Amino acid sequence: MKRMHLNRRTLIAAASASLLSGVGVVAIAKPKERVVKVIARKFVFVPDTIKVKKGETIVLQITAPEVPMGFNLPDFNTRGDIVPGKTTTVKFTADKVGTFAFVCDIFCGDGHENMQGAIVVTEK
Amino acid sequence: MSSLQRRDFLRLSAYGGAVFASALYPLSGDANAAASDDFYFVQLSDVHWGFEGPENPDARGTLPKAIAAVNALPEPPDFIIFTGDLTHTTENPVERRKRMTEFQAMARELKVKNVRYIPGEHDASLDRGKAFSEFFGETRYTFDHKGVHFIVLDNVSDPAARLGDEQLAWLADDLKKQPEDARIVVFTHRPLFDLYPQWDWATRDGARAVDVLSTRKNVVVFYGHIHQEHHHMTGNIAHHSAMSLMFPLPAPASQPKRTPVAWDPAKPYKGLGFREVEAQPKQAHYDITELPVQKEQKGSTT
Repeated sequence: MKRMHLNRRTLIAAASASLLSGVGVVAIAKPKERVVKVIARKFVFVPDTIKVKKGETIVLQITAPEVPMGFNLPDFNTRGDIVPGKTTTVKFTADKVGTFAFVCDIFCGDGHENMQGAIVVTEK
Repeated sequence: MSSLQRRDFLRLSAYGGAVFASALYPLSGDANAAASDDFYFVQLSDVHWGFEGPENPDARGTLPKAIAAVNALPEPPDFIIFTGDLTHTTENPVERRKRMTEFQAMARELKVKNVRYIPGEHDASLDRGKAFSEFFGETRYTFDHKGVHFIVLDNVSDPAARLGDEQLAWLADDLKKQPEDARIVVFTHRPLFDLYPQWDWATRDGARAVDVLSTRKNVVVFYGHIHQEHHHMTGNIAHHSAMSLMFPLPAPASQPKRTPVAWDPAKPYKGLGFREVEAQPKQAHYDITELPVQKEQKGSTT
């Protein structure tokens, strides 16, 4: 029993040492984030097509200089309200390949229904 | 032949309309006895009065044609309801009221005078329903007709397409006042379920309304917004969208963008129309008949 305790202590000590020295530890890389600035103006998103590689984490920094807008990207379960004078951040990780529509979901004027765009995710 | 059967025969003979049955429960009981309480109403939707564009070269003529078709029905409906987007949106409040004035004058040509209105986002989202209310009254309300409790929900006066906590509480309170087996029909503009949020075909908090409505077993929803016939079930609740009277929109997810379906000169008014709903309250049964703006004319062009 005593020997087992020793072994356990030894293992813990060795693991700690490895962590400190970096030897034998698999580094968990923080997912790479890419910032894309988007302007939601009457009645278009600029840009309205955003190309992304699968696995990328995208941080959209969205502004609306004129009136309140919405940004809804249902396929990645994310949305945000965009208020003039502030930057709204919407973040998602492109974990699937395809073309995914986003839309303004706050009725913003007589061209509201044109406010659509797409995230195009391709393989790496 | 009962009046219901006779009306079906006349209607189908006249228009060749497609019939969709929305039965929450199988037909049962004495059909003749039930027919005494049966009635039908007409749903028109998404008129978009004021729209101009190649998607409908007869933009100012389509509503009058639809009104003429309703007036020519073999038997008048008990009531008529417009389920939103009476007018096409404009950011000019004066123009908005001008369009509503013109629309209202057109609607007064309907022979049936029991006409009800609900707003769409084109009518109400830019001023939170102010102009709509001036012309057409409350944006949400209830009424009862021959054993059916009708509830009108407003999911457009908030530009973010929310019903809101206060309206949801109002809905829950209203339902509490109804008997357990009440026949309930909901009218609203946008779908209460996530039909296709990628095209904004949803209500932000619609699932909460569906949860509340799901506490009752006899609920049917009629709505507009998506400019096409569509039928969907959420649990026991049937949801039926109606065609537009201005331009059709593509089927959900059928193309990258929700751009209107192009006008077909060979088949003018294709995809446009209105519907009759034959209510059989005793059986909680609804027959839906989709009707065109006008009868198809061979070789007709605009």
